Amino acid sequence: MQTVDLSLLSGVLDKYASIKGSLITILQKTQDIYGYLPKEAIELISEKTGIAASEIMGVGTFYTQFRFEPVGKYLIMLCQGTACHVNSSQLILQTIKDELGIDDGEATDDGLFSLKCVACLGCCSLSPVMMINEDTYGSLTPDKTKKILKELREAAE
Amino acid sequence: MKIVIGQGSCGIAAGAEKVRNALINYDIKDADITIAGCIGMCYLEPIVDIYDGSELTRLVKVNPDDAEKIAQYINTKDKAYIENLIVSDEDSEFLSKQTRIALKRCGIINPEEIEDYIEAGGYTALKKAVLEMTPEDVIETIKASGLAGRGGAGFPTWFKWNAARQSEGDEKYLICNADEGDPGAFMDRAVIESDPHNLIEGMLIGAYAIGAKHAVVYVRAEYPLAIKRLKRAIEQATEKGIIANHIFGSAFSCDFTIKAGAGAFVCGEETALIESLEGHRGMPRLKPPFPAQSGFWKKPSNINNVETFANVSWIINNGGEAFAAMGTEGSKGTKVFAVTGKVKRSGLVEIPMGKTLRNVIFDIGGGMKNNKEFKAVQMGGPSGGCIPAELIDTVIDYKALGATGAIMGSGGMVVMDESTCMVGMAKFFLDFTAKESCGKCIHCRIGTKRMLEMLTRITEGNGKDGDIELLEELCYSIKDGALCGLGQTAPNPVLTTIKYFRNEYEAHIKEKKCPAGECTNLIAYRIIEDKCKGCTLCARNCPVNAISGSVKTPHKIDSEKCIKCGKCCASCRFDAIIKA
Repeated sequence: MQTVDLSLLSGVLDKYASIKGSLITILQKTQDIYGYLPKEAIELISEKTGIAASEIMGVGTFYTQFRFEPVGKYLIMLCQGTACHVNSSQLILQTIKDELGIDDGEATDDGLFSLKCVACLGCCSLSPVMMINEDTYGSLTPDKTKKILKELREAAE
Repeated sequence: MKIVIGQGSCGIAAGAEKVRNALINYDIKDADITIAGCIGMCYLEPIVDIYDGSELTRLVKVNPDDAEKIAQYINTKDKAYIENLIVSDEDSEFLSKQTRIALKRCGIINPEEIEDYIEAGGYTALKKAVLEMTPEDVIETIKASGLAGRGGAGFPTWFKWNAARQSEGDEKYLICNADEGDPGAFMDRAVIESDPHNLIEGMLIGAYAIGAKHAVVYVRAEYPLAIKRLKRAIEQATEKGIIANHIFGSAFSCDFTIKAGAGAFVCGEETALIESLEGHRGMPRLKPPFPAQSGFWKKPSNINNVETFANVSWIINNGGEAFAAMGTEGSKGTKVFAVTGKVKRSGLVEIPMGKTLRNVIFDIGGGMKNNKEFKAVQMGGPSGGCIPAELIDTVIDYKALGATGAIMGSGGMVVMDESTCMVGMAKFFLDFTAKESCGKCIHCRIGTKRMLEMLTRITEGNGKDGDIELLEELCYSIKDGALCGLGQTAPNPVLTTIKYFRNEYEAHIKEKKCPAGECTNLIAYRIIEDKCKGCTLCARNCPVNAISGSVKTPHKIDSEKCIKCGKCCASCRFDAIIKA
């Protein structure tokens, strides 16, 4: 297990720890730094803000944005919105499952890809849609999806 | 000449950033290259507008490779180079048939430059409000306009502003709900990405009206570009002294904060939103007290939707009566709809209230894709309902839509054809609401789960006699007992689909059939012998080796092994495989 470098969090905590109502902002910035919410980070946030770790976990687990495990280099977020559903997002989900051998909430063994089915991304006119990290891909077909995954894999090599 | 490239999230997803880079790299002389936001003609993205003075030539579905043609056009002014890219007259009607107020500048101005906004008349309404009008005058103007909450509730905006104004205390908050969680809705995203200053102006006018010195926007986390553009707009407005103490030299001061949501649909409910702003789990509060009396940090607060605020500057500049001149008796002004699904022209449509669903889906939306039959339109997201084909002439009006069993909603309009299973749609929405339920009240927490369980059983072929009646009973019970709007409206998709498509429920339960051919357990794939060429492509694509047959002889699907994935049907080049 990798040690978590908590010094990376000091800037965020210096700025926000004493501002009431900032817990979600702190958790978001923590996740921006580490890619997820490490247990050690939650303990440090608790210490600096005075908010009980159990309460922080309560907030962290309530919101779908937060994760407690590291994710792959590429986080695939497949939209499950109405327009995407009507335009066959299930077919794209099956394609990703077949290509990468992972299910919703899982990561590939090489740590390259993680898959998460998410609520509507708001790009409905281009359904079906997925986001990979901050990039949006629309008008997906099974072939287009395979191509995108292949290109990302090649870029990482 | 000026080249404007649309850079909304949809445009970028369609490749607009690559088009922009290609044009920049081409180093076209005699033309400024700039960006705009989303014009809402999403099905035509990427879009490039070329201005020769005030004459506009609109190019659609532009590729990076088209940069050369565009350069040649700019150099020679000969439209022959770009003829195949110019938007058709028919497609132009998508925009020309609309009446744009909230979306007025979207896709036209550069959302990243405050000067563009000011040049287009921006911030004149704010100046007028704080220098020439009292807060009460502002509220009266909004009252005269008839503006009602565009987030879906349709509550008179002036009433909420007035209630917050009347509350005692000098610490008040003006909050914008930019959580836009309804699947199928992206109106607010377009406004924030394309005209963020209009939102800021509307909010500052609202803050002035209620007596707030703090304005807060709560934007959902899934909109990173909107957050980025809004942050930049706030910075620029602050630098320009618009977000400031003593705005335009008046007595009115206001600060402006942006906070990101973290992925919870329930935070679109105003009290859950407040809880989230306070750093808690987004669990709704009992009302009363209403936010106008006790909101953010228990101070008087007013929360409105993005689109509501996006109408404010126009109303102040043109007068409440001008806004009220559009629409119906009970629904004034215009409404923005995100029209998607099985429609030919998918995008943002802003029209006066009083038009019909047919106007939107057929006149502007271009009708059905692939010449299929229109079956239903889903409005209002998970809180709304499915309106069937026979009600296509329903007027867009809060009351008229409510009478169908659906709601106006925030504006999401998902068009469906004969291939959409309505029981499957109800299950889709319950899957969503059951996951998004905060868990605080029993009716929603357990009720949505039970509805989902029943709908799942029915779509899997395990429906029982009495299921429909039990579902209805459960729906009414949840509507009565749930704490907040999420629970209270979660049964709506079930109730409307039972009301208008009861036959589909009955087919699933009694005959174990899915008339739309969508529910996997209730369909079977079959190879038509006469059409099958024996190319073996289907057999090779089958993930479970359920297809047998030798080369050049008709193949056969083993229904016991078949997992109904549909890959065979998708790969067959001879239309020899059907879904029965």
